[in-house]
Amino acid sequence: MSILSSNTIQEITKLKSRYPDDRQKSALLPALHLAQAEQGWLPVQAMDEVAEVLDIQPIEVYEVATFYTMFHVKKVGKFVIEVCRTGPCCTVGAEEFVQYMEEKLNIKVGETTEDGLITLKTVECLAACGTGPVLQIGPEYIYQENMTKKKFDDLIEELKIKGLKDV
Amino acid sequence: MNNLKVTIDGKSIEVPPGTTILQAARMIGENYPPAMCYYTPLKETGGKCRVCLVKVTQGSEANPRPMPKLVASCLTRVEHGMVIENETSPEVLEARKGVVEFLLINHPLDCPVCDQAGECDLQNLSYKHGTESTRYEEGRREFDKIDLGENIQLHMTRCILCYRCVYTADQLTNKRVHGVINRGDVSEISTYIQNAIDNDFSGNIIDVCPVGALTDKKYRFKQRVWFSKPFYAHRECDKCKGEAVAWVKNNDVIRVTARKNKFGEVLDFICNNCRFEHKNMNDWTIGEPYEMDNDSVITTNKYKVLDHSPAVNVDAKFVSE
Amino acid sequence: MSKKILLQHINVPGIHTLETYVAHGGYQSLKKAFSMSPDEVTEEVKKSGLRGRGGAGFPTGMKWSFLDKKSEKPRYLVCNADESEPGTFKDRYLMQHIPHALIEGMITSSYALGARTSYIYVRGEMMNVIQILEKAIQESYKAGYLGNNILGSNYSLDLYVHPGGGAYICGEETALLESLEGKRGNPRNKPPFPAVWGLYGCPTVVNNVETIADVPWIVNNGGEAYAAIGVGKSTGTKLISACGNINKPGVYEIELGVTVEDFIYSDQYCGGIPNGKKLKAVVAGGSSVPILPAELILRTINGEPRLMTYESLSDGGFVSGTMLGSGGFIVYDEDQCIVRNLWNFTRFYHHESCGQCSPCREGTGWMEKVLHRIEYGHGKMSDIDLLVDIAKKIEGKTICPLGEAAAWPVASAIRHFRHEFEEHVRNPESCCKRHLHRSMELVH
Repeated sequence: MSILSSNTIQEITKLKSRYPDDRQKSALLPALHLAQAEQGWLPVQAMDEVAEVLDIQPIEVYEVATFYTMFHVKKVGKFVIEVCRTGPCCTVGAEEFVQYMEEKLNIKVGETTEDGLITLKTVECLAACGTGPVLQIGPEYIYQENMTKKKFDDLIEELKIKGLKDV
Repeated sequence: MNNLKVTIDGKSIEVPPGTTILQAARMIGENYPPAMCYYTPLKETGGKCRVCLVKVTQGSEANPRPMPKLVASCLTRVEHGMVIENETSPEVLEARKGVVEFLLINHPLDCPVCDQAGECDLQNLSYKHGTESTRYEEGRREFDKIDLGENIQLHMTRCILCYRCVYTADQLTNKRVHGVINRGDVSEISTYIQNAIDNDFSGNIIDVCPVGALTDKKYRFKQRVWFSKPFYAHRECDKCKGEAVAWVKNNDVIRVTARKNKFGEVLDFICNNCRFEHKNMNDWTIGEPYEMDNDSVITTNKYKVLDHSPAVNVDAKFVSE
Repeated sequence: MSKKILLQHINVPGIHTLETYVAHGGYQSLKKAFSMSPDEVTEEVKKSGLRGRGGAGFPTGMKWSFLDKKSEKPRYLVCNADESEPGTFKDRYLMQHIPHALIEGMITSSYALGARTSYIYVRGEMMNVIQILEKAIQESYKAGYLGNNILGSNYSLDLYVHPGGGAYICGEETALLESLEGKRGNPRNKPPFPAVWGLYGCPTVVNNVETIADVPWIVNNGGEAYAAIGVGKSTGTKLISACGNINKPGVYEIELGVTVEDFIYSDQYCGGIPNGKKLKAVVAGGSSVPILPAELILRTINGEPRLMTYESLSDGGFVSGTMLGSGGFIVYDEDQCIVRNLWNFTRFYHHESCGQCSPCREGTGWMEKVLHRIEYGHGKMSDIDLLVDIAKKIEGKTICPLGEAAAWPVASAIRHFRHEFEEHVRNPESCCKRHLHRSMELVH
């Protein structure tokens, strides 16, 4: 029984046509994004199924999934908030902002809220240095720029409602 | 095509086109650069450890300009009229000292309890190019020991990420199950999920490992290598050539490895059957003491004079058949 | 007003759509290019003096002419849209607002290079940009600018967007190619260079977004017209993304040659430092380039006004100069702590090292730990020279330029602000106040 939906498998199969016939491994990163968007993270079975569609060894998928920071190979909350911690954002208050996020969510960076709704992560530069502090939330990864405490409070309320709706 | 003339540390040699600086230096035969990741029998190796960096003071006869940076001698091909400084360049020696220091800052330095001690490339490299003490004061990274099946143990803490074992699995077998996961200084050799490396040639990853990261579980802690005696050994085998080295102690074969050239490179990969399953003297045709010609603690001459030592009873039955 | 090549229509509503883009002169360069031979297009790019806008500043026409045309293999053009250099956000801005500028550039450039399939490698975090580009590419196919026999020219091109997965190192062109092949982003040893051995072992050119987006203007107006803009070998315009302690952070298109002082203080650009604070230092070309104190960024060591050009910014070499780099312009006011900032950047390089070669894998982490110690009040005077020495032992010893990118900020910060490091060692109490919170510490 596969865990990836037939729709996702189909999407991945379609992706293969973008690359030469003997180079289908090229579709690996976009395929992992699709798998993660569906699953919320990348359990081993999902990675194995991607390997099968692309006709590569499972280890080739593990090697890649663990190299790139966007892929969650451990279970995460329903929403993953990734906030930039790099220099330029810190000149406009990212450090204080992260501290506020931790207090607000009552978790430390890297942890998930008790209700499993939100995982808080810091990431490196998101190429939004002129509009920091900045964060993003997968799987759409729309940037939330010029963050303030107020904006973050509103965002959390929004996510709480969204989280309830989806369940 | 004509041979290319290349000069390394003042010594000149003519080599065929396509030869790398490292190969040319090895042909000259003395003071060649060390190599921790490059491995002639394995394609795509090299360029990673950076201990073989050399200085190119003249690019070629046609274009005599020096190269701006030190280059990896294992991958850089010689040009006609190229002039290279290896051990005559203070810059190269300083860089090499730096690389050795980098390789050691996270190494556990647990040689006293490491099976590789005595035949460890990192140990030899540190003796020759390292410094006596370290400037590194922070914590060292550690990993748990992992069993890769019944024959091989992975001690990742000692690994220098040369990737040789990965290329071995890629090139000797058709289904690689281990690789490099994570990135940066937390990269590790791993199967990711609990998995045995299980194929007829998996044992060769032990032989290609330059350090004590991959060791023979059936040999672990049995003996210090320098207390056992290596002999050329041969057996009929349908999987490999059956040409190996039998490491003998008190008339027992305590370990079997592949034969290597003077640069520590395997000549013929051997199968797991030969390596792990034939530990009786009678399994093998035992030949001459095995010649070793590198800088290791155990060198060939030592064994030649030990032929009649009481520890090994080299009598007729060793060469019976 | 400064000449605008890329951002002229940035404020036109709907400029992200093909219809509006075409109405403002978009896709004109295709017809012009198809009336020329591919080599003639390359010749115009050479004449323009255009230099790679990703950071290295290598002449684009020359890079194109290195492409192995004798090879029977297919050729590829790959756009490097993996913008990840701290301080740099110009490519994202351009792609988000005028996606067709990049697509048009990809078509004319691919034609010049003889590529039949081209890829835009966008960093995975920019999912929004990826969707915008995908949509724009669909529009472009529909209008007949992509696909078979484009505008009856007999030239055919397929263009695809490829997402990255979160790795700064994939901005290095050979790591990017590895990543595009579905592998870990480990940079390749060079030579061979991508022009000979690139994507799938085929001849490949990898160019930055801005570089490619400049090509249509050059084709339309001629290389000489482009070369007439700017100063000396710094021809044309450049997108500068300005951030840090300035009144007006954002992306500005400048004619190369504006003075740094003007760029920082003029209302046309950064608009000066907020709250009446004084300028302390600038990192002028993305986090990798050497940091300069106020007096050296405004004027060269010889007292000449510093210009926003490749040459002027690097005047003085590494002793008193820096680089234009990617155009990521980070401004620090008098309240900013150089030590903390350097620790932050060094943590970045440590985090982003691929781990393949030993000097970078081990050295970046070591530097971060020593800097952390100094910043958090446990440093020793000898640590400062230790840092300089580690940086020296990384620089020039690695497979790819990430080694230099990690070493230069350390070397330059200590060169110009040694007193601040010493002060941290002497007065750990005062710097301990900077411990804003624990979670920003080393996490691995």
